[in-house]
Amino acid sequence: MDRQEEDEDRVKLFGFWASPYVYKVEWALRIKDIQSDYIEEDLENKSDQLLEYNPVHKKVPVLIYQGKPIAESEVILEFIDEAWKHCGDRILPEDPHERAMARFWVRFGKDTLSPPIWKWFTTQGQEQEAAYAAAVEQLQILEKELDGKRFFAGEKMGLVDLSLGPFSYIIPIYEEINGVKLITEEKLPSLLAWMGNFLNSSIVREHPPPMDKLKLRCQAIREAFLKNTS
Amino acid sequence: MSSTKEEAPAVRVLGLWASPFVIRVLIALRLKGVEHEVLEEVVGKKSELLLRSNPVHKKIPVLLHHGKPISESLIIVQYIDEVWSSNAPAILPADPYVRAVERFWAQYIDDKFPRGIRILKGTVDGNKDEIVEQLSTALQLLEEAFLKLSNGKHYFGGDNIGYLDIALGSHVGWVRAVEKIAGVQLLDAAKVPHLVAWADRFCAHPAVVDVLPSADRFVEYSVKYGSFFPTRPSLPTE
Repeated sequence: MDRQEEDEDRVKLFGFWASPYVYKVEWALRIKDIQSDYIEEDLENKSDQLLEYNPVHKKVPVLIYQGKPIAESEVILEFIDEAWKHCGDRILPEDPHERAMARFWVRFGKDTLSPPIWKWFTTQGQEQEAAYAAAVEQLQILEKELDGKRFFAGEKMGLVDLSLGPFSYIIPIYEEINGVKLITEEKLPSLLAWMGNFLNSSIVREHPPPMDKLKLRCQAIREAFLKNTS
Repeated sequence: MSSTKEEAPAVRVLGLWASPFVIRVLIALRLKGVEHEVLEEVVGKKSELLLRSNPVHKKIPVLLHHGKPISESLIIVQYIDEVWSSNAPAILPADPYVRAVERFWAQYIDDKFPRGIRILKGTVDGNKDEIVEQLSTALQLLEEAFLKLSNGKHYFGGDNIGYLDIALGSHVGWVRAVEKIAGVQLLDAAKVPHLVAWADRFCAHPAVVDVLPSADRFVEYSVKYGSFFPTRPSLPTE
């Protein structure tokens, strides 16, 4: 293979250091032991390449496979599992019903759980209290689903774990900034344990999120939101 | 058909005929030639079976396969494709990259169309002109996607309808209905000629024709239940 072909065949990932969606993809690539080139994007000044590869959303992550782009983290995760079916562990289960359930919980995380958590983080007063209550309600549903398992997928991490995984470091940051716990041993013991299992997994320990930088960034985000609404 | 009356059919769908999400499931089952029973919910009143089968969201469609519930229309369509994988045609394409492209667009469609249609119907507050522009842009992008994916053939899926055809096609009924209700043009033959031709082919497809009613029926439905949903949609649909 000549140089150019080799380059085109390399898997590339366009990302941003603070994006949990990018981290999910990076961890999935590690589960499959896939070598890739990482390109850090400045979201205030997006590269021509990114805009060409993801013209619809202009967002990261974007995975480049054989020169072709794939966008949207959940789509990328399923793609990684299918394109490298025989490498490393399976990310999705084999059984169709279990696959459907995994996809269900991924969607739950995105559509039902994320909004109240985000709202809790970016508001204050009554609005924040209402968001907190709504978040707890959804977390209780998740707690029931997890039911003491090590991971949502069982003994090893799977799609749901990767998809919800960022909550395990983002929620503690929000808790610290907001000065109140969302996930407690008393109310959500399985989830609390799962968060620990996720963060202590070899995949995450090998490539941990930049906590200190993230805390500062989150703090700035909350301040900006409160300023805009006062 | 089962010979014992007490035995529930192996495949049941909890739905509402007017829900594009339910329509997706019915198309997929028909495409695969899977025998199934449809249990029509009553608008404004959720059945016990629905509440038991989808306790998290309490929404249709729900597929019950040997009593086990599966919800979320696109998840159900993939489930049908995987369980009845030996029944032709395949709904998802074989190539992982093309699958990813179809999944990307299906997500895009559900991000834009349901909310946009509700605003144009008048069941949710919103800026109608802005929505028409957004949906027109979306259709333009989908027109380009169609040209790339169909590769000169009749459907996004090629020779036969597939995942993306079902994802977008299921919305055609309401798209054409809101064109009449709001007096706007979305599937404009001058702007998106290939999609317009595709929409006609899709609606006439044997797996679709009996489960995707005419625009007028959707308009009637909107008139009938319009006042039921003042500013928030409370249809038990996703």
